Amino acid sequence: MYPENYRYTKEHEWVSVDGDTGTVGITHHAQSELGDIVYVDLPKVGAAVEKGATFGSVESVKAVSDIYAPISGEVVEVNGALSEKPETLNEDPHGSGWLVKIRLRNPEEIKQLMAAADYQSYVGS
Amino acid sequence: MSQPATLKITPLSAAHRRLGAKMVDFGGWDMPVQYSGILEEHHAVRAAVGLFDVSHMGEIEVHGREAQALVNFAGTNDACKLKDGQVQYSGLLYDHGGFVDDILVHRISDTSYFLCVNASNQEKDFEYIRSLNRWTATVEFASERYAQLAVQGPKAAATLQKLTSAPLGAMKYYWFVDDTVCGVPARIARTGYTGEDGFEVYAAPEYAEKLWDAILDAGQESGIRPCGLGARNTLRLEAKMALYGHEIDATIRPFEAGLDWIVKMDKGDFAGRAALEKLRSEGVTRKLVGFEMRGRGIGRDGYEVHIDGAPAGWVTSGGPAPTLNKNIGLCYVPAALAEPGRTIHIIIRGQPVEAVTVPTPFYKRAR
Repeated sequence: MYPENYRYTKEHEWVSVDGDTGTVGITHHAQSELGDIVYVDLPKVGAAVEKGATFGSVESVKAVSDIYAPISGEVVEVNGALSEKPETLNEDPHGSGWLVKIRLRNPEEIKQLMAAADYQSYVGS
Repeated sequence: MSQPATLKITPLSAAHRRLGAKMVDFGGWDMPVQYSGILEEHHAVRAAVGLFDVSHMGEIEVHGREAQALVNFAGTNDACKLKDGQVQYSGLLYDHGGFVDDILVHRISDTSYFLCVNASNQEKDFEYIRSLNRWTATVEFASERYAQLAVQGPKAAATLQKLTSAPLGAMKYYWFVDDTVCGVPARIARTGYTGEDGFEVYAAPEYAEKLWDAILDAGQESGIRPCGLGARNTLRLEAKMALYGHEIDATIRPFEAGLDWIVKMDKGDFAGRAALEKLRSEGVTRKLVGFEMRGRGIGRDGYEVHIDGAPAGWVTSGGPAPTLNKNIGLCYVPAALAEPGRTIHIIIRGQPVEAVTVPTPFYKRAR
């Protein structure tokens, strides 16, 4: 369920690191808890994000949820397809439902995040 | 996730869990918010049929020779106009004109009325109606004697007809009959909270699961879906049906909420009438209007509304309208600014986002 090469937060985001860039999304567990996602609010390219601070929001039919940055850095790419097809977050949260790519300011931060097995047991089942 | 033991449950709690429902604390009740997903459930009701457990709703019975006098004094609508077997939407008001609740009045006979009231207001309503009783009527808190299932959608009649000999096709909207459903004694009312055709079935709690299973079975060929409170809310919002605690509450008077049509000023005295008389002569200062988002974003319950850059009101209910593929909502604005077509701004996370006021209801079924 949870890709081995991703790292996870307690707030249910994931990050996948490739070189100096981390791709960030929300987890399967998060989308399942939210239900049908109808709107995604993301920062612009060039925005600075701080680990642990909110940088956007995801809205389901019922509720608004903040998204917290798992890592600090600068937004270098935003998944523009989500504004037309927010349901991608439900259908493929760990793949085409990625939210933003962030150029890491401090790669050491990655080590503070959970491995897949730890996240799996954190959310249970 | 385990729920605190203090939550009240309906007789269908186990059935919901078996179906994999997501349960939430809804005003102290452990209720299903969704099964397969709010959007799918919403579309099932608009296109076919959905089944809701609304057993949390309250029931109050008024009996006796002077039952009609009490019911007619308690409610804003004219209960004397009702015939046996007819249902009427009405308001229950404080003396100051604000809502105690909105209710459905069913006339069984002129000495027997059955009121369906909101779950979170039921004890308050019961005490309030008792306090108004200067007649010989008896007021009974009957919620424990009833489970309530809502069968809603264009295929609701075909689904329910398989389980009852009551001639549903001949039953008009806002009428009811006491009959049986799959052998179980039941009150079948052609009412609902979805803007779609449908029925609300009241029966003893011990039969709730039998009814639930039988209706799901009967609706299978139509694609019936069990539906949660999530879809119930998106459906009622599209149809602009008021939700207590949102469009109406103790501070809101019927004329502000666009509910003039349930107030019959000429029927004689009723609770709140003097305050409404005064309000009518002074004129209302705020009105409930519908809006559609123009900018990106969803205006949600409680968000501030600005007009011409200044605070002007608040959103009572807002969210996606799955049938219309728009983001819609209802809000209070100054009465002088309440006409459709006005540009307003909803403050979403500190940012004003453009919306436009529109005529309501947002959705009206073809008849």
